[in-house]
Amino acid sequence: MSNKEYKHFQHAHCESGVSSNLLRHAGIELSEPMAFGIGAGLFFGHLPFLKINGAPGTTYRIWPGAIVKRVASRLNIKIHSERFRDPAKAMKALDDVLAQGKPVGMLGSVFYLPYLPEAFRFHFNAHNFVAYGKKGRDYLISDPVMEIVTKIALEDLVKARFAKGTPEPKGFMYYVTETPKEMDMRKAIEKGIKQMCYFMMAPPIPWFGNKGIFLLAKQIKNYPKKLEPRRASLYLGNVIRMQEEIGTGGAGFRYLYAAFLQEAGQLLKNEELLKFSEELTKIGDNWRNFAYRAARIMKDRKSELVSFDELSDMLKQCGTDEKALFLRLQKIKL
Amino acid sequence: MDIKDVPQDKRDTTHASDIKKLMYAVGKDGQYTGVNYEGWEPENIVLEQTWEDIDENLNKVKAQVTAGELSPIAYFMHKSLMDTTLLASYAGKWKWQVKRHFKPSVFNSLSTGMLEKYARIFNITVDELMNFGKENRS
Repeated sequence: MSNKEYKHFQHAHCESGVSSNLLRHAGIELSEPMAFGIGAGLFFGHLPFLKINGAPGTTYRIWPGAIVKRVASRLNIKIHSERFRDPAKAMKALDDVLAQGKPVGMLGSVFYLPYLPEAFRFHFNAHNFVAYGKKGRDYLISDPVMEIVTKIALEDLVKARFAKGTPEPKGFMYYVTETPKEMDMRKAIEKGIKQMCYFMMAPPIPWFGNKGIFLLAKQIKNYPKKLEPRRASLYLGNVIRMQEEIGTGGAGFRYLYAAFLQEAGQLLKNEELLKFSEELTKIGDNWRNFAYRAARIMKDRKSELVSFDELSDMLKQCGTDEKALFLRLQKIKL
Repeated sequence: MDIKDVPQDKRDTTHASDIKKLMYAVGKDGQYTGVNYEGWEPENIVLEQTWEDIDENLNKVKAQVTAGELSPIAYFMHKSLMDTTLLASYAGKWKWQVKRHFKPSVFNSLSTGMLEKYARIFNITVDELMNFGKENRS
């Protein structure tokens, strides 16, 4: 595969997109929804005590690197991944793999990627993208959220790969080393679904999984009581931004997962999965309505209790519907 | 979501974006497919307000620097969208040390090495760092 030309495909989410693009290059056709589903990418977490950029941390995805790792282990694909302390060593390792003609996935901070529009460039450290070559001091970059390929200067790439903050990417990079002759899609899909449901439903603590959605709903209800209007608006904005902005997504992830359930249902000829897919699409629409209402409240600079109560209820409904779905989905036999 | 409902609300702000992101939506045949979209009003509102907030805050800090109440480090930290925790980890210092560097008197006695470090973090020259806010001071 050394001299094969790298082909870029745009995707909705960075890590599942990178997984799909890397595997495609290695000769395995795996769509982004499939990678997201098998990698059990859907998750939720809300940590009121962990402030990121001055607002409580909210995540809609599993921790960075998990999707790639799970897809690889479930499909018997060998992927080498590595973290580094020393930037020079990290760049040398990258150059060595690129010299073999292999595209490399990596983590970096959005803030240090000049090819992205400035409006998106916050200190968000869990963005995934692919380097597929080098020209002089520039690296050729395939960023799954972009429509076309781009490039980045060496200095900027070093900054992105060794950004500080939460979580630190520490030069994390990964590439495909071996592909299997056969893959058991049925088993991989089942494992992916079960794991997602388990991570959503099992945590006995209030911050993670489905319970986290209810925690966030409770917090939002209290924003106008506890915070001055400006801060309440900022906190709310952060929830929505983490939900719908680059590489993340509340509704976007539900649609992505619903696309996975549909593709899996068609592949395995399973009617149940198709029904689950439709159900999740509707839940995704509700997440979107929540984002829509929240943005309106922000725009009108409202901080009355009523509007925050309404938002809280909308979110609770999403949580309740998902709980009902995941509990049934968990029991599926494929 | 149906493909026909995929929003195409173009961003019209000073921080414009030219990426058409991809989202998954359901077509007429019930089949999920990726669709490019220009933007969505709620996203635009939130992003706009986030930047408004940043700019407003930045102007406040700028005034404080010009008035001699804060050092330029405070200004460039905000300009780089950092907080003291993040800046401290880039500078290899404790948070309280970075906060001390916000005092103009402490800032004026910083070593060249430390100033160079800050300048590198903010991607500016040492001159730009040291002279910020001075030209406007009466």
